[in-house]
Amino acid sequence: MIDVLQHVVVGPFRDIGSNPAFFGEVVIGGILAGMLYSLVALGFVLIFKASGVFNFAQGVMVLFAALTLVGLLERGLPVAAAFVVTAAVMIALAFVIERVVLRPLVNQEHIILFMATIGLNFFLEGFGEMLWGANVKKLDVGIPDRSFMMAGMQVNQLELSAGVIAAVIVAILAVFFQKTRIGRALRAVADDHEAALSIGIPLKTIWVVVWSVAGLVAIVAGVMWGAKSGVQFSLSLIALKALPVLILGGFESVAGAILGGLIIGVGEKIGEVYWGPLVGGAIENWFAYVLALAFLLVRPQGLFGEKIIERV
Amino acid sequence: MTARTIVVAALTLLVAAGPLLAPARAQDKSVFIPLLVYRTGPYAPNGIPSANGFNDYFNLVNERDGGVNGVKIAWEECETQYDTKQGVECYERLKAKSPVLVNPFSTGITYQLIPKAPQDKVVIHSAGYGMTASADGRWFPWVFNVPMTYWSQASAFVKYVGQQEGGLEKLKGKKIVHVFHNSPYGKEANPTLEELAKKYGFELTLLAVDHPGQEQKSTWLQVRRINPSWIYISGWGVMNQVAVKEAAAIGFAMDHVVGNWWTGTESDVVPAGEGAKGYKSMTFHAPGHGFKVHQDILKYVYEKGKGATKKEAVGEVLYNRTLINAMLDVEAIRTAMTKFGNKPMTGEQVRWGMENLNVTEKRLDELGMKGMTRPLKVTCENHEGNGLALVQQWDGKQWKIVSDWIEPMRDVVRPKLEEAAVVEGKKLSYEMRDCAKEK
Amino acid sequence: MIYREAGQFKTTYASDQAIFPIVQDRVVVALGVLAVFVLPTRFANEYWLQAILIPFLIYALAALGLNLLTGYAGQLSLGTGGFMAVGAYAAFKLSTAFPSLSIVIVFLLSGLIAALVGVVFGIPSLRIKGFYLAVATLAAQFFLIWLFNKVAWFVNYAPSGTITAPSRTVLGVTVTGPTASAAARYVLALVFVAVFALIAKNLVRGRIGRSWMAIRDRDIAAEIIGVRPLRTKLLAFAISSFYCGIAGAELVFLYLGSAETLAFDIGLSFLVLFMVIIGGLGSVLGSFLGAAFIVLVPIFLTNAPHVMGLSLPVAFQKQLELMVFGGLIIFFLIVEPHGLARLWQITKEKLRLWPFPH
Repeated sequence: MIDVLQHVVVGPFRDIGSNPAFFGEVVIGGILAGMLYSLVALGFVLIFKASGVFNFAQGVMVLFAALTLVGLLERGLPVAAAFVVTAAVMIALAFVIERVVLRPLVNQEHIILFMATIGLNFFLEGFGEMLWGANVKKLDVGIPDRSFMMAGMQVNQLELSAGVIAAVIVAILAVFFQKTRIGRALRAVADDHEAALSIGIPLKTIWVVVWSVAGLVAIVAGVMWGAKSGVQFSLSLIALKALPVLILGGFESVAGAILGGLIIGVGEKIGEVYWGPLVGGAIENWFAYVLALAFLLVRPQGLFGEKIIERV
Repeated sequence: MTARTIVVAALTLLVAAGPLLAPARAQDKSVFIPLLVYRTGPYAPNGIPSANGFNDYFNLVNERDGGVNGVKIAWEECETQYDTKQGVECYERLKAKSPVLVNPFSTGITYQLIPKAPQDKVVIHSAGYGMTASADGRWFPWVFNVPMTYWSQASAFVKYVGQQEGGLEKLKGKKIVHVFHNSPYGKEANPTLEELAKKYGFELTLLAVDHPGQEQKSTWLQVRRINPSWIYISGWGVMNQVAVKEAAAIGFAMDHVVGNWWTGTESDVVPAGEGAKGYKSMTFHAPGHGFKVHQDILKYVYEKGKGATKKEAVGEVLYNRTLINAMLDVEAIRTAMTKFGNKPMTGEQVRWGMENLNVTEKRLDELGMKGMTRPLKVTCENHEGNGLALVQQWDGKQWKIVSDWIEPMRDVVRPKLEEAAVVEGKKLSYEMRDCAKEK
Repeated sequence: MIYREAGQFKTTYASDQAIFPIVQDRVVVALGVLAVFVLPTRFANEYWLQAILIPFLIYALAALGLNLLTGYAGQLSLGTGGFMAVGAYAAFKLSTAFPSLSIVIVFLLSGLIAALVGVVFGIPSLRIKGFYLAVATLAAQFFLIWLFNKVAWFVNYAPSGTITAPSRTVLGVTVTGPTASAAARYVLALVFVAVFALIAKNLVRGRIGRSWMAIRDRDIAAEIIGVRPLRTKLLAFAISSFYCGIAGAELVFLYLGSAETLAFDIGLSFLVLFMVIIGGLGSVLGSFLGAAFIVLVPIFLTNAPHVMGLSLPVAFQKQLELMVFGGLIIFFLIVEPHGLARLWQITKEKLRLWPFPH
């Protein structure tokens, strides 16, 4: 018994102590992976914040954006033009979704809107593949996927860039939410739909704006993940990796999505590398949820969720 | 509201009525082979060339030779999205057309079909995948893994590493890492590698990657810490592209990374670009479109506009693999005809044909596949045949063969396989048949 | 007009409380039950039974289980696949360890084991609510699948790592394993679904069901009027997982015949959740309608082009199918956001009056 305890509790820490440079590498790897999760989680947060919809189709939107971008590049469009056209497509998509899916379902319960996004998910899955085909496409964003050494630790360039880009996007979004007129309107809608409507905030415009912004974030997420694995159907599955991040960070908080991503990223890497081998590995997936669960038991509203005050 | 109600009612009715209509039966003068394909979904990049290879070969046989001894091959594709439940639906639907043989092209679907095969009298040909234990024909008369099983493949990999290191005895103390898809398929190679690690004294580390395998950072961090001499990868789908890319990103010597033959296709290396250069994988056939069979396909199939794909895609790794798979199917039917006559065969007759399959060097030459794969002989006991493995390498533009034909360590694999067949056979309450009586 | 209830008086509490208070309903349901037992076994071909009806029944049972938890008790769960896997692996272990044990008892015991596991993962529901609760059930989902994948004991150390349904009989008829006829498997699945649907219907009408709904609607208020949240929530998890466990066992034993953990992955959890939402949260009938929608529509869409004589490339057809399927989900939600069960209710109301306008 003591032996097992020794093995589980002391062993991994001794392991960490014995090779601090490698531990640093694990932490950095975790931070960067976490930023990539956050990028996906951000799309969910934006939409949830403004419309209370848990957008099941976010993963497919990432795929759709990446497919469109690569498809345009393959047809010989210059990079900048391809980005602009893809952005236009995602904004057009936001308009269509608002008109066809959201408007007829206004004032419905959240779970119904959630289900509607599932329908959207199936539709986009079929549509994206029909347009662009199911083959793996190479996406070259000009950042070499190489590693360099920094203070004895190996750091991946592509992931580092992704981390920086994610940080920039978060900063832009923060300014957008706090300082601009639309941002304030968004926050008002998030707080109270009806009150916002009554003071003249156009709900439809707000929805188009958030879905467009979520679509733009999806392009960035699609590019970053697509650079890792090539652009292919499996991109839509990364939404699963964003789930624990989202739950941990709180559905309504941009900062939560980032911090949640970092905690999950670092936590699951350390868990997998140091504790995984004790039980045969591949524990990452459930470990992320257990980690999120542990946090939630202490703070049931998520890291940045508002304190739940219950009244009868 | 009324219009809506009508639409709803009509839709509901349509939905309810849809499956009522049973599919039509196949033609009389043909043998039917259902094709369970996946041209959509996460595994489509692998599924598309595979499906094309089957189509083109069957078309070739029909167009060039007028079928097998005058009996045309009929086939129909059914989309499974690599999903076992959709696979079952497809199989059940196409079963109405009395198929003789099925190529599930998915290890998961193969597991589903194995218990059904003896009841439905349909031969299962899982070429280079499926359940390793089913290669013992005494326990699994209906299942064939020609030309090779996962276990033989893993032993061939170790042998190749031995050759590269200058002898199997040099493996002592070397570190080998197996990065595998955390599923029954991915774990297939583990027992063989463990056995060989004991025998040759190399240090084996098994690193599991959970499905789907988009994020493998921690796996490759561990690889970096272990710093092995060789890496063996058993992956599938998106896991392959990410694994190759991660291996390149940590700066590992790519010519010491070897994938199994489902981890070595064009689409696995393309996303990694220059980084994938030097990456190796196992295979049991040559890549490329330089063989006579390809010219025939271009001439008899593509020039008539019946090709399944673009001309440039002829000769991709998985395309060639299913060409060979289809060739073995057809030759099994042909073999059956030598005994039962030139007429449409039944499943039982094709089973006999498969079991007595003997593709000689001469026959391969006639088929235009000389050098593309090896002569092959199946027996009642041995349903994997005597296939040999190759190692191919990605040179940045195409796959090239870089090894001689490697004989798997049959002395190590076969006893283990027979043990496993007993366990798996008993699970299905099978009895072992006596092959001596069959002849 | 046809559906006339005039003249049917309820003179006892029992008749007032009946599940089907109207004679016509009782007749239709009785005939319907008889029909589903007799007709398919006589007339349906193997494709119908094996590819459509059996999976439909199994999914309906799983949807029923999830509906009890999510629709009635208000606890969102994304761990259905995991709980079904518990049932399946438990059934495999039990039936191979005790070959003489009746398969019906094996299923029930597997359900109980799944219920226990469900209770364990339900404990966080006392503190975490709503979407956030999904994390506990997702942890269950991923952990359980990992566990069954990792520990070879669960598959009896089979080198293939898969579980296979052994041959077992009920009343002398082989119902599981490769030699079982599709009709026999269908009837067994149907018996389970029928019995457990009846139990569920009575459960939700009784004290337990009302306490679940009280918790769902306002848990603090429920607590104040004396509903104990701990017991109520955990009971919901237990009973729901019991249903899912049996459905999981059936999935392997009556439908697939052989399975690996991938058959129970997160996709299955979502699929069952879709069924519950599309069918109607908090409705027993809805679970069946939802399962029918999710199982039947894609099969119909796959077969439709064949029927129309179109021979489309399979990939194009699948993509079209996905688009139409997604479109249909959105369409039905817009027509009736409260699920197919509500649609049925509305139709019934109309039938009562038909052909008169009022």
